[in-house]
Amino acid sequence: MKLNYRVLIFIAAAVFGLALSVPSIFNTKGPKITLGLDLQGGLHMLLGVDTDEAIKSKIKSLASAIKYAADDQDLIIDDFKIHDGKISFELLDKDDMPKMDAILKKMAGIAVQKEGLKYTVSLTPKEIASVKKYAITQAVDTIRNRLDQFGLAEPTVAKQGKDKILVEVPGIKTPQQEQRIRELIAKAAHLQLMAVDEERASRVNQMTPAEAAKYGDVILEDAQVPGRKYLVKEVPILDGSMLTDARVAFDRNNQPVINFSLNSQGAQIFGDFTGKNVGKRLAVVLDNKVYSAPVIRERIGGGSGQISGGFSVKEAHDVAIALRSGALLAPVFMEEKRSVGPSLGADSIKASMIALITGFLAVVLFMVLYYGIAGAIADVALVVNLFLILAIMALFGATLTLPGMAGIVLTVGMAVDANVIINERIRELLYEGKSVAKAIEQGYANAFSAILDANITTLIAAVVLYAYGTGPIKGFAITMSIGILASMLTAILGTHGIWQMVEHKIDKRNLNRWFGIKVAGGNA
Amino acid sequence: MELFKYKKPIPLMAKAKIFFAISVIAVLASWALIAFKGFNYGIDFAGGTLVQVKYEGKAPLDKVREAIKRSKVFEGASVNYFGSQDEIIIKVRTSSKKLGTDIGDEARKLLADTGKFEVRRVDMVGPKVGSELREKGLMALVLAIAGILLYVSFRFEWRFAVASVLALVHDISIAMGAIVLFNVEVNLDILAALLTILGYSLNDTIIVFDRIREGLTTVKSAKLADVIDESVTRTLSRTTLTSLTTFFVVLTLFLMGGEIIHGFSFTLLVGIIVGTYSSIFIASPLLMFMGFDVEKYRHKLAEKKRREQEKEKLRAMYEQGTV
Repeated sequence: MKLNYRVLIFIAAAVFGLALSVPSIFNTKGPKITLGLDLQGGLHMLLGVDTDEAIKSKIKSLASAIKYAADDQDLIIDDFKIHDGKISFELLDKDDMPKMDAILKKMAGIAVQKEGLKYTVSLTPKEIASVKKYAITQAVDTIRNRLDQFGLAEPTVAKQGKDKILVEVPGIKTPQQEQRIRELIAKAAHLQLMAVDEERASRVNQMTPAEAAKYGDVILEDAQVPGRKYLVKEVPILDGSMLTDARVAFDRNNQPVINFSLNSQGAQIFGDFTGKNVGKRLAVVLDNKVYSAPVIRERIGGGSGQISGGFSVKEAHDVAIALRSGALLAPVFMEEKRSVGPSLGADSIKASMIALITGFLAVVLFMVLYYGIAGAIADVALVVNLFLILAIMALFGATLTLPGMAGIVLTVGMAVDANVIINERIRELLYEGKSVAKAIEQGYANAFSAILDANITTLIAAVVLYAYGTGPIKGFAITMSIGILASMLTAILGTHGIWQMVEHKIDKRNLNRWFGIKVAGGNA
Repeated sequence: MELFKYKKPIPLMAKAKIFFAISVIAVLASWALIAFKGFNYGIDFAGGTLVQVKYEGKAPLDKVREAIKRSKVFEGASVNYFGSQDEIIIKVRTSSKKLGTDIGDEARKLLADTGKFEVRRVDMVGPKVGSELREKGLMALVLAIAGILLYVSFRFEWRFAVASVLALVHDISIAMGAIVLFNVEVNLDILAALLTILGYSLNDTIIVFDRIREGLTTVKSAKLADVIDESVTRTLSRTTLTSLTTFFVVLTLFLMGGEIIHGFSFTLLVGIIVGTYSSIFIASPLLMFMGFDVEKYRHKLAEKKRREQEKEKLRAMYEQGTV
């Protein structure tokens, strides 16, 4: 028996396949195949982003910046309003116009219209587009941060398509856990510090939102006491974008509270405001609900504050995570959700393993029965093929999904195809009375173009499937493509090498044992 | 073991018109089914929500139906056993955009006193995603076919390409017809199955075509029907055997793969049968009907060979330095 290069390559492939499959099968160290969410259980979500909201809040923060700058330079402005995505106000003093113009000039991405002393400020279309784009990338980062801090095993957060976010969280054990994750993601975590309109606050219960808007105010509800309302200035003093940290702490009654700190700009604004408004109330607003509205006793320097109000420890923890990882500029909503419990995943693996093993055994047995030793050689190639698929998938960290399992099962059925074609060709040539060596050589040569063409066309279908498929279908396309490529190596090259090694041992009188045929007159 | 020993060509082409008629009827019937009955789109394509619940013991179907009536979210929901009597599936055409509490949470609350259960799967697909998936799926089918058309034209001849694609359309149509007929729910996995059929049936057809291409130069007769008969007969054993092994495997998948993979494996089963049939009885006769001329093809080949030989001769003369 002589080794040849084909057998050597085949042996190398077999060793490679076996070695790299071991970690996946026996759960040892090394590159492993990742199980898809449908097999290990987990949460898969496709989220949409409501970018219009991001524009709205951009305009709001623009408004507070204008207001702050104007107050800072003692410009007196009146009738400050946000309406239809535009900020409008009037200067009282004509002499202030150059100062106002200078302030607005420093702000990027805005268009200013002037009518006498009346200003209308809006965002340019280019700015709107970039705010929308930023809202999505920011949402991806924020969600990723939140999930990372939540401490779960390897969540995936990625932008998908133009305006969607794909979130995958494996290893979720209970529905409650899943719900908590969803809530954590959904939390806008939009923190605002707002001034209570003390002049009109007493009438808040009789006021309509439209009336409040007329004074540049909004009506917000209390987070804990249903029915309690606050009238606050619509333009916030500052918002969460100036936040640097948020931590859970406990107050004197051992109730969880969230301490936050502000950056230097925020600290300055906060200090200035509290200094000027002693005796008035400051509302701490989270996601448009008022958590507390303490009376300002003195100027608060140092730039830190506290959100208190009936949190559970878990809740406080989640709010702190959300605040730390930043507010969602735009709310996200669910476009698609798939959640698979771990027990279902395990059942799916079991069922497809049974199918794989029985299907595999049926094919192996059939080949030996029908082709004799030639069938056994094809079976060896098939086994190596199976390990190669596992190995390559492990190497590239590919994900095995349920349709992917089906793809492997199907590959088993189709991988023997190449050997069936070759064996049939060899038989034909043997019937024609060719010598064994010649029949083998020509059999492989004749079968080659058919196998190549057939596999390439199937590969084309698989590649298209990969490009256009999502999730599970991609998984199917991956296993099928790898299976086809692996079968070219094992079924064409590998088995050919084995034949070259053993062909001189084949006795023509023994064709039945080797190829499963009896050739009339084949008693040469 | 020898099941299909080649003795002499089976005169298949003589009966081509009969098979053809059968296929045309089957394809038209499938189209009619698709047009008039239509696909039973699952939530992947139509949008909606699916909740799979496994009970300890037999699932109380009536109690579940009663319980979910209390919620507006589940208006028009269907409740059915799934695989076994322990497991049920609740399907509803609505979906919710809310992240906080979703239909799965709602279902858990509603079912709280119907027994001991576990919510194993909640799938929700919004309407926008559904229609996007549908478009993408169709796009994938069209692109795959175009790619194949190109490749086969390049490797064989345009008539082969057209014939193989028509055979594909035949197979996919009938498989789709079967899906409609047996009311299989069309989800992403069914699309994957259809695309697999595409690859598989093409595989079969190409192997027969390869033999015909070979037969064009080796078979003595100049009649295309004879060439096809001989080539098809010679590949008959391979076609049947491969289909058989694949069929075994898919059958085990169908029988043992569990409910979740049922539609997928069913579609594949139909596809394997139809794909095998079409590569033998449909793809090759199409070549005949399209007027493939053996004489011309051989002439072209001979011409090509002659030109190559001439070039060879010229080159040899140059290399010797004499013109």
